[in-house]
Amino acid sequence: MSAAEPPPLLRAEGLVKSHRNGAVSIPAVRGVDLEVARGEFTAVTGPSGAGKSTLLHLLGGLQRPDQGTLALDGARVDGCSESQWAVLRRRRYGIVFQSGNLLSDLTVADNVELPALLCGMTARTARSRRTELLEQLGLEGTSDRGPSELSGGERQRVALARALVNEPDLLLADEPTGNLDSRSAREVLALLTRFHGQGRTIVLVTHDARVAGSADRVISLFDGRIADDARLSDPPAGPHPYGVRPVLELGD
Amino acid sequence: MRHQLLALLAKQPAYGYELKQALEQTFGAAYPQPNIGQIYVTLGRLEKGGQIRGEEVSQDGKPDKKVYEITESGRAEVVTWINAPTDGPHVRDEFFMKLVLAPGTELADRLTLINNQRRHCLTVMRGLNRLAAQERDNRVSQLLIEGAVLHLQADLDWLERCQEELA
Repeated sequence: MSAAEPPPLLRAEGLVKSHRNGAVSIPAVRGVDLEVARGEFTAVTGPSGAGKSTLLHLLGGLQRPDQGTLALDGARVDGCSESQWAVLRRRRYGIVFQSGNLLSDLTVADNVELPALLCGMTARTARSRRTELLEQLGLEGTSDRGPSELSGGERQRVALARALVNEPDLLLADEPTGNLDSRSAREVLALLTRFHGQGRTIVLVTHDARVAGSADRVISLFDGRIADDARLSDPPAGPHPYGVRPVLELGD
Repeated sequence: MRHQLLALLAKQPAYGYELKQALEQTFGAAYPQPNIGQIYVTLGRLEKGGQIRGEEVSQDGKPDKKVYEITESGRAEVVTWINAPTDGPHVRDEFFMKLVLAPGTELADRLTLINNQRRHCLTVMRGLNRLAAQERDNRVSQLLIEGAVLHLQADLDWLERCQEELA
């Protein structure tokens, strides 16, 4: 690497993590090296049990690796304390997990605005960001409701809005379109694509072919290791994009 | 092509070029653009087989045009076509053959095959995403794309199963 070249946004080396179940130790991530450049949209796929969610937790500091290092913009963060991680996550990360983890006593509006206010955004800016995000996710009209009054899919989208309200450097998302109907999934995908188009970095776990197909790079995780790291190129333009025709051919 | 043309002619008589336009308007860009030559060849065959009847219509200062009309026998064929069960798409037999047979040849390994096939599916998926964005306003086209997406999703899920069982 030349001196002028900035370090990658994220660099993980030799990550290893096992989950303990009583006396038994079950390996989840068995040695992952991964660099994510700023502005890159990376999808992680693989069968269940491949270690995808664990890897995402390690990258977000929500779990600590048994071995290996993690650096953000070239600065080691694997030695950070819990409170240092909390600050990092609030300032630099947007994180959305399948469970959503919304605060049940707060309205949708407060849930989305809270991280922005904690980071010092003015109330007015936080409100306008919240309104804009909820609208883009097809959630206008839910602002005054509590999370328990929403469907599972709506809660998931609110969690995404909350993760994006601070315009984080890096979005980590676990199955952001899981459990969503086709239309909601498209709205989420459109928002992710727009976010990525603004030069932001995304690492997400997905089983959804549409989401994986929108990424620049697809990492296939298998048995705790990277089995494939593919940079996707666009099929050539034209009325019959290469490869699309055989799928759409209706036959004779 | 045969049945699509018959189905359009069951609605109303038309010229060859009108049929091409009707196909394009109905299916949008998601459907491979019908080739006019192919349409005329198929119309010729249908006329010969008695499913349609052509009638020359003279035009001022231009060569005659042929307007086609469906016959009873053509109508019966459309009914049979519509009511017959439709074969689903088949599992990618050829890829499966490669996957099973390649390791024995020692010319390729299964993980590489699976990875390459996954990359191929994802690239196709990228094309479909782009097409879906272009065809946002055509509902027929959107449905066709969604069907293709679901097939690709199944292919990708199945590749994961192959990897779990074989690689």
